[in-house]
Amino acid sequence: MSTGSQWKNPVIRWVDDRLPIFTYMDHEYQQFPMPRNLNYFWNFGALASIVLVVMVVTGVMLAMQYTPHVDYAFDSVERIRRDVNYGWLLQYIHMNGGSMFFIVVYIHMFRGLYYGSYKAPRELLWMLGVVILLLMMATAFMGYVLPWGQMSYWGATVITNLFSAIPLVGDWIVTLLWGGFSVDNATLNRFYSLHYLMPFVLFAVVGLHVVALHVSKSNNPDGIEMKGPQDSVPFHPYFTAKDSVGVGVFLLFFAFFVFYAPNFFGEPDNYIEANPLQTPSHIVPEWYFLPFYAILRSVTIDILFIPAKLMGVLLMFGSILILFILPWLDTARVRSAKYRPIYKYIFWIFFVDCIALGWVGSQPAEGTALIIGQVATVYYFAHFLLVMPILGKIETPLPLPSSIAEPVTGGGGGASAGAAAAKMEKP
Amino acid sequence: MADTAASPESGDEDAGRRDFLILAAGAMGVVGAASFAWPLIDSMNPSAEVLALSTVDVDLDPIQEGQSITIVWQGKPVFVRRRTKAEIEQALKDDSAELRDPEKDGDRAQKPDWLVMIGLCTHLGCIPLGQKSTDPKGEFGGWFCPCHGSHYDTAGRIRKGPAPKNLPLPPYKFVDDKTILIG
Ligand code: HEM
Ligand code: FES
Repeated sequence: MSTGSQWKNPVIRWVDDRLPIFTYMDHEYQQFPMPRNLNYFWNFGALASIVLVVMVVTGVMLAMQYTPHVDYAFDSVERIRRDVNYGWLLQYIHMNGGSMFFIVVYIHMFRGLYYGSYKAPRELLWMLGVVILLLMMATAFMGYVLPWGQMSYWGATVITNLFSAIPLVGDWIVTLLWGGFSVDNATLNRFYSLHYLMPFVLFAVVGLHVVALHVSKSNNPDGIEMKGPQDSVPFHPYFTAKDSVGVGVFLLFFAFFVFYAPNFFGEPDNYIEANPLQTPSHIVPEWYFLPFYAILRSVTIDILFIPAKLMGVLLMFGSILILFILPWLDTARVRSAKYRPIYKYIFWIFFVDCIALGWVGSQPAEGTALIIGQVATVYYFAHFLLVMPILGKIETPLPLPSSIAEPVTGGGGGASAGAAAAKMEKP
Repeated sequence: MADTAASPESGDEDAGRRDFLILAAGAMGVVGAASFAWPLIDSMNPSAEVLALSTVDVDLDPIQEGQSITIVWQGKPVFVRRRTKAEIEQALKDDSAELRDPEKDGDRAQKPDWLVMIGLCTHLGCIPLGQKSTDPKGEFGGWFCPCHGSHYDTAGRIRKGPAPKNLPLPPYKFVDDKTILIG
């Protein structure tokens, strides 16, 4: 039947002739060519996949014990922590896993920013990444509401109220989101339903992300394309091994927090049951939302005809949506910061700007923190809208190596390397 | 079909008809999908039993001048304050101050003594402080929202900070001198 079946085992061959999953896996995860010069920053996609699986597995187990009702939710989580066999372990893994997910994905994204992985032909790959980020944020936000502590309740109140800033339909939307007149039982139930659904949507989008990756192949620290077999190594055993090293180190890091500092990323207020009649004195979101929270609060005056509250909301969503068009805002002809003498520093300035926003988000919105937040917000947008378009035009990149293999072997990458390199430089 | 397609003229005519049919069928499909989407969306709106819990009686008798109570209506805190003479005077005087959301005190309190408002900051929904005598009352002697620093005056009007609107008023009426019905 099938011509080139390479499988000796008759059962495998029988299946593969009808549904070529073995051929597919062999092609995409064994033979698949990876640039030979990747560094450890290319581990983080694999790490993110591992965390996603860990979250789904622990989440499904927790769902067997959890009660989504305002009268029982808080107690049912306490019961998981105290009474359920290994409940403490599942709960702490899931709780810290959220933070691990964002640490890993933020590093993954900054890797992309540094090495220009969002540039052609990987724009769609990057944009799917931004969709993943949005889905992750929605999932994390709704998950945080489920234990029904004070921060759960008031975080949900503040964030859902953001939508009331939308002109005309704002209040209608907020009521629709709540299913009532405040965050209440109906809200908790729908958040639970969606929190269970979203990870599977995430799975699907990650699937597309990986398919897109396997079309364009991985970028690499030099930011030039692979031109032939001398530039690549097969995924197996080289990257199965390298990813395993990364996973080992990462799991140690993860385990440290689960076993020795499980509440490091948490807020003590969330160990107090939600009370709709008592607002905590200082509402802070989880750490991974802090930079965006800072942007939200940085607008204190009405700008033109746009009220301050609406402007804050627009900027907060805009700060993520702007990533969608980054591939076109960056006008540089080379990808990697390694060959961009100015961008190399601009990247770190932008990184510090994000950290500064994160710090501001954790402080009350007043005094110096507020001013730093406003400056950092302006710079955040200037980075994308001014610096990236202009810098690409005025910066003179360093000469690119003619192939990935060249700096390694000292030799050229074969006869066609020069021509192909020239092609790559104008994506 | 096959023989008409062979002649170029009737083929064109057919193409026009096909385009129309595709368009009409597509449009019907969209309308059908949209009308099925509405029940799905509307099912997320407040249900009948949530709507049913929508009135509360409040006995005003035990509240002294200068005291406030907080009651729950539709899951939201409602502030009921018996204002002092000084507060009422201040509120009337502020009618002519510069207001972000201009409203007369007379339009906010059915009887000057009693101020009845929904106690949720119009910024992002925290509960402003000022109900207890020990609470900070902000720069205008009314309520202060600690979340992002909104100040409300003695008529619950927004005076300073990020909130765009005055504290909202629930629908209520005086059943008699000493009782109100909210909702
Ligand atoms: C659930 C979260 C995510 C998972 C599981 C995931 C998975 C992966 C995997 C397995 C790879 C290949 C390995 C690697 O290059 O590290 C990859 C590459 C990539 N990802 Fe993600 N990703 C996630 C989120 C994101 C986000 C949020 C972005 C950006 C907005 C993004 C942008 C990219 C880009 C640009 C590449 C290609 C990088 C290159 O080849 O240099 N990913 N992703
Ligand atoms: S919620 Fe009151 S000031 Fe923001």
